Order: sequence, then C-alpha cells, then structure tokens
Amino acid sequence: MDQVNKDQYLIEKNGKQYEVVIGLEVHAQVLSDSKLFSSSATKFGSEPNTQVSLVDAAFPGMLPVINEFCVKQAVKTGIGLNAKINKKSIFDRKNYFYADLPQGYQISQYKDPIVGEGSVVLDLPSGPKTIGIERLHLEQDAGKSIHDIDPSSTLVDLNRSGVALMEIVSKPDLRSPEEVNLYIKKLRSIMRYLGTCDGNMQEGSLRADVNVSVRKVGSDKFGTRCEIKNVNSIKFMQMAIEYEANRQVELIEEGGSIDQETRLFDTKKNQTRSMRSKEDAHDYRYFPDPDLLPLEFDDKFIETIKKEIPELPDQKKIRFIEKFKLSPYEATILVSDLETSKFFEKVIEKSDVKLSANWITGELFALLNEKNLEISQSPISSENLSKLINLISDGTISGKIAKTIFEIMSKEDKDPSIIVEEKGLKQESDPKALETLIQKVLSSNEDKVKQYKSGKDKLFGFFVGQVMKESKGKGNPQLINKILKEKLNG
Amino acid sequence: MTDVIDLTLNELANKIKSKEISSTEVTSAYVDRSKSSKKLNTYVEETFEQAIKVAKKFDSKPDFEKKLPGIPLAVKDLFCTHNVRTTASSKILKNFIPSYESTVTQNLWDAGAILLGKLNCDEFAMGSSNETSYFGNVISPIDNNLVPGGSSGGSASALAAKLTPATIGTDTGGSIRQPASFTGTVGLKPTYGSCSRYGIVAFASSLDQAGPMTKNVKDCALLLEVMSSFDQKDSTSIDFKRPNYSLELNNNIKGKKIGIPKEYRVDGMPTEIEKLWEKGKEFLKECGAEIVDISLPHTNYALPTYYIVAPAEASSNLARYDGVKYGFRAEGENLIDMYEKTRSQGFGDEVKRRIMIGTYVLSSGYYDAYYLKAQKVRMLIKNDFDEAFNKVDAILTPSTPSSAFKIGDKTDDPVSMYLNDIFTVPVNLAGLPGISIPAGLDKNKYPLGLQIIGKPFDEQGILNIAYSMEEKINFKLNINDWWIK
Repeated sequence: MDQVNKDQYLIEKNGKQYEVVIGLEVHAQVLSDSKLFSSSATKFGSEPNTQVSLVDAAFPGMLPVINEFCVKQAVKTGIGLNAKINKKSIFDRKNYFYADLPQGYQISQYKDPIVGEGSVVLDLPSGPKTIGIERLHLEQDAGKSIHDIDPSSTLVDLNRSGVALMEIVSKPDLRSPEEVNLYIKKLRSIMRYLGTCDGNMQEGSLRADVNVSVRKVGSDKFGTRCEIKNVNSIKFMQMAIEYEANRQVELIEEGGSIDQETRLFDTKKNQTRSMRSKEDAHDYRYFPDPDLLPLEFDDKFIETIKKEIPELPDQKKIRFIEKFKLSPYEATILVSDLETSKFFEKVIEKSDVKLSANWITGELFALLNEKNLEISQSPISSENLSKLINLISDGTISGKIAKTIFEIMSKEDKDPSIIVEEKGLKQESDPKALETLIQKVLSSNEDKVKQYKSGKDKLFGFFVGQVMKESKGKGNPQLINKILKEKLNG
Repeated sequence: MTDVIDLTLNELANKIKSKEISSTEVTSAYVDRSKSSKKLNTYVEETFEQAIKVAKKFDSKPDFEKKLPGIPLAVKDLFCTHNVRTTASSKILKNFIPSYESTVTQNLWDAGAILLGKLNCDEFAMGSSNETSYFGNVISPIDNNLVPGGSSGGSASALAAKLTPATIGTDTGGSIRQPASFTGTVGLKPTYGSCSRYGIVAFASSLDQAGPMTKNVKDCALLLEVMSSFDQKDSTSIDFKRPNYSLELNNNIKGKKIGIPKEYRVDGMPTEIEKLWEKGKEFLKECGAEIVDISLPHTNYALPTYYIVAPAEASSNLARYDGVKYGFRAEGENLIDMYEKTRSQGFGDEVKRRIMIGTYVLSSGYYDAYYLKAQKVRMLIKNDFDEAFNKVDAILTPSTPSSAFKIGDKTDDPVSMYLNDIFTVPVNLAGLPGISIPAGLDKNKYPLGLQIIGKPFDEQGILNIAYSMEEKINFKLNINDWWIK
C-alpha cells in the first residue's frame, strides 16, 4: 500500500506492518423500570434477590410476557443507528447450564433480530469514518454469581436475571484502540440522547465482547479472530486490544498460527488468556422460544416512535456549525454529551457564542475533569457562567479577572457580578484614570521611552505590563493599549 | 336415590343448587371413596381434610350462582396449586410446593370447585400408560392388570373409578384423549391457546393444552367453559369469544359434513376398532350428518415429527430443574457434578430418553435435518387439516389403535408405546380441538373410543357431534369396585 495514513494504527514486527481489525458486540442495558419478560424492578444496587419474580427465577409453569416498552426502546435505538427495523423478529432460546441462569436458557434473538444493518459515524481527526452495524437484538441478562463471599459456596443474585439488554454488533470496521474509544463513546452518546441506555459502565449497563484479528497491511483477507469476553471499561478494551493484537503479531511472526478462541482479559496482569477453544465452544442449541409468538408490529408503531426521536449528535453538530459558526472540533466536543449540549445552549441564550464555547470547552471542562464530575453536577450553573461571560463582553472585567472569578465561583456558585462588587474586581475603564496611570509610568521610565521611540518596538509590552501593575490588574487592556499607543506615537 | 358418586357433574351442580345435597355430603362421599381406593394409586397428594373444611365453609355461606358450586375435584399433578405440593410425578419436584396457582385451576376454584387432591400422571406428562411416574404406576379400574393410559392416567383412573366427579388433564400428544379412551370416559383437548398454560409444569410448550375429562359430553362442555379463558400471563393464549359451551350444547348436527381420513386405516389395527369406526359413521348418518371421504396425506409423518418437536422443547423446558433453586438436589463436588447427580437421580428413564433425543435434534449439525425439517412437516400436517376443513365440518377417527394394554407390556419397547399416540398426535401438531368419547368395548370388555377433530376454536361443533353420538352409542361403563376391600 503506497498511501499509508500516518495516523493509522499499525504494529511493526521484523520490518513488517500489521493492521488490527476489531469488531464489537456491545451489551447495552435497556433503560426500563421493569425487565424484558417480567414486571420485576431493575434498580441497580438493590439488596440481592429483592427484584426477582417467579418468572425470573424460572419456577415451574412460569411464562415470559414481552415488555412492550423494551421493544420500543430497541426500535428507538435502531432508528438512532440509522438501521433497518424488522417488523417481524423472533425470540430464540440459547441453551446452556449455569447457576445464575435459572431457566437453563437465555431468551435472545438469533436468526431474526429486531434491528438489522445500520451505521455510526465517528469523528476522526482525519475526517468522518462510518462504522457498520450488523444488527441489534434484544435478550435477557443473566443473574450474578458471587464467588468471593463464602469460601466454599458460590452465591447467586438474580436481581439482574431477565433484565433487558440490547446486543449491538458492529461490522469488523474498527482499526485501532482509539477508534474503539470513539465508537463506544458515540454509541453511548446516541443512546443517552435517545434515553434508551444510561451507558453507565461502572454499573455494568454497557459492556462489550471484543473481536480482534490482525493482518498484514495491504491484505484484504481477515485473519483468524479471538473474542475477548465481557470487558467493562473503554480503558480495559483498549488495553486488551493492544495486548491481543501484539500477541497475535508475535505469534504469526514466530511462524505460529492463531487459534479461534474465546479469551479473558486479566485486568491485574494486563493480559488476555485463553478461556475456551473453538472445539470447546458451547453448542447453544438455539431454537425459537415456543412460549413466545414472533414479535410483530406495523409501520405505524415505528412512525410513532420516530416522532419521539430527538435531535441526535450528528444533526446537532451540523446545526451548531451552521447556526453558531463553531468549528467542527468545538461542535463535536459540545454535542458529544447531551447534557453538555444542553448546558451550552442554555449559556448562549444570553451570551456570546464564541466566548461561551471557549469557556465551556476550556475552563469548565478542566474544572469538571479535575473534580471528576459530570456536567450535570457542575459546581457552576449555566446561568452564572452566562453572567460571567457577559461581564467580559461588556468590558466590566478582563479575561484575566474572569479566571479569578471563575475560580471563586467553582467553590461557591454565586452571581459573578456580586463577586466583582465584593472583591472590588471591576475593570478600570475610565480613560482619564488610565491616562494618569500611563503618564506616571512613562515619566518614571523616560530612558525606555527614548529607546522605544528610537525603534525598540518590543518595549510596548513592558509599558502595558507596568500600567497593569499600577492598576492592580484591573485596567481595561484594550483601553490601555489604545491610550499608550497615542501617547508614545503621538 | 342414586348414589352421590354416580351423579354427573351437571347433576351434582343442580342438586347442590336446589339444596338437595350439600357440598359437604358430596365432598365426604368422594373423600371416603378415594380413601378406600388407594390400590389404584391415583393420588400423589391428598387434600381431603382441607377439602371438607372448604366444603363446610361453602355450605355455611353457599353461592349458587357459581357454575361448580362446592363441587370437589381432583386434578392432574401437572397444575401448580398454591401451597399444595406439585410434583409432575417426578422425584426432582417431589417436595415442591408452589406459592402460586395455575390459571386453569384458579378458574375452577373461582367457579366454586374444591380441590380434592393431586392425581398421578406420567413423569412430566411423558408416557402413554402412567408407568413412568416416580410415585408408581396407576392401575385402571377396568381391570387389575391394566394401564389407564397416559399421561393423564391418574385423572382417567380416578374419574372412571368415581373418585372425582370430573377432572382435568393436559394433552401434549394425546394425554387426555388416549386415557379417556382406555377408561371409557370423555376427554377433550381444546384448540391450542384456549386454556392458559400459566402455572402448568411445561412439557412441550407449543403442544401442551389443558382440557376436561368427564363422565359425559355435557359435563365436558361445562368444565371446558369454566377452564377456558384468555390470559395475559400466557403469550400464546388467544383472545377469542368463548361460547357458553354447556348452554349452547345441542344434538342437531343435521347436514354437518364429517370427514373420514383414509390414512387412519393403519396396518394391524384390530378389526373391532375398524368396526367401531364403521358404527360411528352409521350413528352420524342416523343423526343426519353426511359422511365424506377425505385424505390427510402427511399423517404418516406425524408421529416422527412429534417425537422430534416434543422432546426438543422438553429438553429445554426441563433445563430449569438443576438443583439450584428448588426441588431435589444431590450434593456434588462442584457445580457440574451437582448438576449431573441431581438430574441423573432426579429424572426417570423416559424423561432422560426424551431429554437426550431433544438435545440431539437441536444440536448444531443436526438442527436442520431434524428440528427444522420437523417444523416444516408440522406445517404440512396443519395444511392437510386446513384443506380438509374446506370440505368438512369435523373429522371422525378412532382415538387409539388399540384398547388398553397390560401393565408392563410396552415398558421395554418405547417405540410401540409411542405408536399408541398415532391418532391423537396430529391434532396437537395442528393445534386443533379433539374429543374422545367412549364408543364400545373390545372382546375383553375393555373400552374403546372414537375421536372427533374440529376446526380451530370449534369446540362447540365437536361437542355437539359428540353429544349426538353419545345418545346413539348409549355407552355404559360397568365397574364392579374390585379394588375396594
């Protein structure tokens, strides 16, 4: 390949370059108060086995009944992924034995998923890249086996048993850990906009199986893939991919071959290790669940849901660029999270767009990052940030003073104009007062004035600094510049 | 006055309503007779004391508006009953006490009926002779060495022996109609989706249906009317207007076209069954019905299809009995060991056989050849019936290819056991209603039944045909109470 993009993620070994091919199976918990086939609650962190119905615990004679809300959520997500919605889909049983799987099978969708092919667009530094979505299907979550409480027994918590999941399968279109990062974030952003998944990875609402293979640059044939099961943070996904891709390249370069297998990522050792080989793979004996009829709905059902679809990140980004003249970079950042975009739109209701974008993506993001907060938990309200920006715009304070005030606001969410009053931070914008200060500086630095006039232009900054110092930082920088220029050049 | 135990369900209801007899009298009579009939091994759980208590309570404040006012009923032990042990006649559930009630039994209690106890059946309803029960085989009151049929063998035996005035069973491949035929009683399998499956221990979900087993057709209509309901807790339950079957029951079948499928004339069928079938046709003609020869070309494939579909579903349905949550558990070294020991010890041979067949036919590499193909054949069988029902209103066949057989006769030969379901299985595969009525006796004086198969949701139609034939046949079951000391 002649034109290798230098941003491309490649692994070099023995002078050969390898490309990494990644596909993800994301398990996203459907945002719903009740489970996929029962009316049990789904609240996270409840006492073990307090959200379990007879259906969830698979008592004899119990039957699943589909939760229509979960179906709507899946269709909504499908629309958000620009995907084909299948008006008829089928629930199948995936049979296997495990202590936290009460039925002895998981109700899932196998051959006929509710959502077919779709796509997600990633904003890469080099430009947009479309990642194909293979399918989205609905399935039940299993319960949780707890091995570390009792030394001799495994304890089982069935609160999660039967909770609705959407499995979103991507095409093998991802090529680097960074693309995986952007893909997960984009997917999460879309689902949060739609209100179909809270995307909370700490609580396990979003997890992924990662399929990794490598191939020599220029090859159009996929290598043998390994599946890394159930990785629950973006960081771990990236670490697992890096480890796994390098392992595969080394193995190939040593003359070995890759076995198709399922692997686990050990977060302590930062390694993947074999869990089971292809030969040991389960035979899940999928077949249509005879307790459930095929899931069917009409165009009207889809149309009704379409009307509930809000403006999604990609559309919002275009609007921000066109309407507010933001750069694509700024727009991407501001729309990536629904709450951030709302915060931004709130601030610009009364404030300058450019300044608002700068302050939110700059100072505010730094603050949130430092305190590890979501924007919804921001210590500074959108109203007060807007007021602060307006104080800059109308010349009441300088940008520099604004940073000082921002610092104070981060500890106490207060009207910035009150802080300006209390601390006496109002900008000095009276030309007469400034002229007096300037005169004082020029008189006490006559030698420098001479040097300036004889051509040493750089000294201008020195004079500005001296005047600022005299004004105790409160002098209006634009005015100081203007008057100084008149005095020195006049 | 006739003995209480000789009264039909309708007669009992009327006599209780007219205060000729009390619920307590009726209940006590059945309890007494049941107590002295242990030899038949029909009950796996008795709730006699509780039943008498409830009967007394009913009598103290009777509600004569109910359809089954204070009438005691024993039911197949496949129906989950609140606070009453429910075993499916399996060791794996031998100590299982549900905290819930099946919809069908709830409908009975809501209509005023009183639970007498739980009746023996084949383990998980898998069997045609009631010999696979963990609690031992059931003996037919017809003869002391005879099976009552299965899987609702305890129900059929108890009904024929007059230990319950009527009963309910479940029918996956003939489990109501075959034992009814063997014991000279009436049994109806409703259209799939008529009776809720909620709370019934599942065998094969796409085939299982609960239905009434009664002394006569009129009782059958009454009991079906009470059992059948639309239930949102069962996704396969169908919301259709359910007729008042007993009120609309009549013997006017003039002009009805009844199909006789040529494929049901199987090799080696006893001539007495052939004759019985002929007699049935004559009776129908006498009633003014028209006999039409029809063909159901895929009949031959019904049994193999059934023995793929039913075990496949069963293998998955029975996965939940793993020793983890409830029921029997054998201790093991680890999880897998516990599973193996629990299921090896907890299930009987026939259940294991079907789990193995089902697991096999669903396995990757075999799925297409077996399960998928069976589903396609199932569709062809259904199409056969659809086509036939373009020409006829109902279909008449024998219920079984033979009369009741001896205990132990077929236990070593599963295939010959399976062949017993040859006339009943196609009806389940097509989801149709079918009723078996007693039609005569063979040379050993063992009852034989005829089956009437109807269009979907036309229970009323087949009940009316059965009602007309019943009058003509005038079948009398003579049982001499040999098992009572």
